[in-house]
Amino acid sequence: MQALRAFIESLGHRVNGMVLRLGFASRFFFYMLLHSGTAMRRFRLTLREIYFAGVLSLIIILVSGTFVGMVLALQGYETLQRFGSTEALGILLALSLVRELGPVVAGLLFASRAGSAITAEIGLMKATEQIAAMEMMAVDPIARVIAPRFWGGAISMPLLAALFSAAGIFGGYLIGVQLIGIDEGAFWSQMQAAVDVRKDIVNGVIKSVVFGIAVCWIAVFEGYDAPPTAEGVSGATTRTVVTSSLAILALDFVLTAFMFTGGNGL
Amino acid sequence: MNRSIMDLWVGVFAAAGLLALLFLALKVGNLASFSTSQTYAVEVRFGNIGGLKVRAPVKSAGVVVGRVARIGFDSDSYKAVVTLNMDGAYRFPSDSSAKILTAGLLGEQYIGIEAGGDSAMLKGGDRIRLAQDAVVLENLIGQFMTSQAANGKGASK
Amino acid sequence: MAHGDGVAQAVEIREVSFAYDTGRPVLSDVSLTIPRGKVIGIMGQSGCGKTTLLRIIAGVLRPTRGTASVLGTLTRDLDQDGLYAMRRSMGMLFQFGALFTDMSVYDNVAFPLREHSDLPEELIHDLVTMKLEAVGLRGAARLMPAELSGGMARRVALARAIALDPQLILYDEPFTGLDPISFGAIARLVRKLNDTLGATSIIVSHDVEECLDLVDYLYFVSAGRIVAAGTGAEIRRSREPFVEQFVNGLPDGPIPFHYPAPDYGRDLVTTGD
Repeated sequence: MQALRAFIESLGHRVNGMVLRLGFASRFFFYMLLHSGTAMRRFRLTLREIYFAGVLSLIIILVSGTFVGMVLALQGYETLQRFGSTEALGILLALSLVRELGPVVAGLLFASRAGSAITAEIGLMKATEQIAAMEMMAVDPIARVIAPRFWGGAISMPLLAALFSAAGIFGGYLIGVQLIGIDEGAFWSQMQAAVDVRKDIVNGVIKSVVFGIAVCWIAVFEGYDAPPTAEGVSGATTRTVVTSSLAILALDFVLTAFMFTGGNGL
Repeated sequence: MNRSIMDLWVGVFAAAGLLALLFLALKVGNLASFSTSQTYAVEVRFGNIGGLKVRAPVKSAGVVVGRVARIGFDSDSYKAVVTLNMDGAYRFPSDSSAKILTAGLLGEQYIGIEAGGDSAMLKGGDRIRLAQDAVVLENLIGQFMTSQAANGKGASK
Repeated sequence: MAHGDGVAQAVEIREVSFAYDTGRPVLSDVSLTIPRGKVIGIMGQSGCGKTTLLRIIAGVLRPTRGTASVLGTLTRDLDQDGLYAMRRSMGMLFQFGALFTDMSVYDNVAFPLREHSDLPEELIHDLVTMKLEAVGLRGAARLMPAELSGGMARRVALARAIALDPQLILYDEPFTGLDPISFGAIARLVRKLNDTLGATSIIVSHDVEECLDLVDYLYFVSAGRIVAAGTGAEIRRSREPFVEQFVNGLPDGPIPFHYPAPDYGRDLVTTGD
């Protein structure tokens, strides 16, 4: 009986802590949005972050995208063959990538590579008192350090998702048309007939924008809130990757439910 | 980090990303859908729409000429009320007929329009009078079985 | 405006108490004044509250009770913008320098100049060069912080702290972990800069020898209270037990050597309980 009570108490305590943290994170988020003027006016700061978050993620995104596309083509062909519908491979490839795999997988990769880097960087700056030093020099660290990193990441994410999808389709084309020998004309024309710009591509872009905002918000917040020790920073980095990944998958479910069912689209 | 090199790479990255988006929009999707063209709304009533969904295509002679905008129900006549957004570029005579067809054997359902012969054209708000319901597989099988049973009885007698 | 006309004191702390949310009081009823143009030391054991006091002066923390007045303004009345405005007349040297690791030495010192003034780059170049020359590191301008030794990093941080010619300079444990040569260099710089700029300096430290010679006046903090105050010479002569223990580095005295523990004999005899 005592143990049960203690368990419920600790559970309530933890949930309370999580809710408090979410509130703090939200306040932080809105403060950062309000103070994003510097990041926009001195665009060079944001540009630097686009380089570190976006450009340096290019290789992993392009390579992963190509491989995912190639695997999709192989698996898809294998299954479609049984129904005699191998010309539908283009459709399968395009829809899977543009609607789901592009935003989601690119988002997960982005969270692990760029998100964790952002968290670690900010956490280390906090641990070595660079953030405090900036505050003492009357420069708002949230405007100068945090906001550019958020916007740099949020801008990079949709671009990376599009590049992932494009790389995937290219990879699938290589395997499907060049290697397996599906008719090239059928491949592209069926794809074009089935993929609707408004419904599929725009929705996919919206997803990647939402994921980008979520991942970058989590990344900068965890970095800013990290305890200023080695374990603190490493814990924060892990939390960024885990929380971002869960957030992406959960948001994907919510967005997909809104966008692709009920026959209402946009 | 040299500034101009960084600028260069960010520029390349942004350009590549936008190109990818463009590629997806043009080569992969059907950008030539009538998001920009004018449409007029036309109503049809069906006894059974089967698996017809909103945003299903409306085709005539196999070409997409419109989209299903809304599906409703009339509680007076107990019929399905389907509203079609027709592409303004194509006009149909007011005695055209609408059928619910299936793409392939087990595919999506869509609406097929067959042009009539009237000189007056359909305009926004009009109703298509001639409508053929969707083919419901169970009813078809039921009919088949009944006709087989009748044939069998007749033959054996 | 080198010596207190108008506002006599650089900092006035009146009956300040501070406790974190956990309730444990860090400072209890502390009052002190810091006149302009002087170098003042705040000394004490680790964890006695001296760093908290420094943070209250810097406006980073708000006292739970009492008032802190810095350069004539009550910190309690300041909002975010007001706080930032006040800090533009202040410079702070952090314990390990806190240089921005992604920028060169030059960019670090130029940072406050670039952020707070519209000066053209040529003028900034001159100012940065002068500040670096003052701390003896003009030749290191192109190095990155990772390439500097501890003492050099702290000197660069000092150059950065005085970039805007502040009226009040705060030092958080500036001598910790330095070799004797860097030690002496920093100490001389503190005095020289204070006098050249006509500023007021507050040093929080527990390095007895250097501070006693360096400062004009000294406050001793123990367990959140001021237990002694005086000039370097007065402190050396003080018979106050805590001061004696601290200055002479005696292991036992008002601050006990042994952390509170049960009886030794009993602890040896009983087997883990």
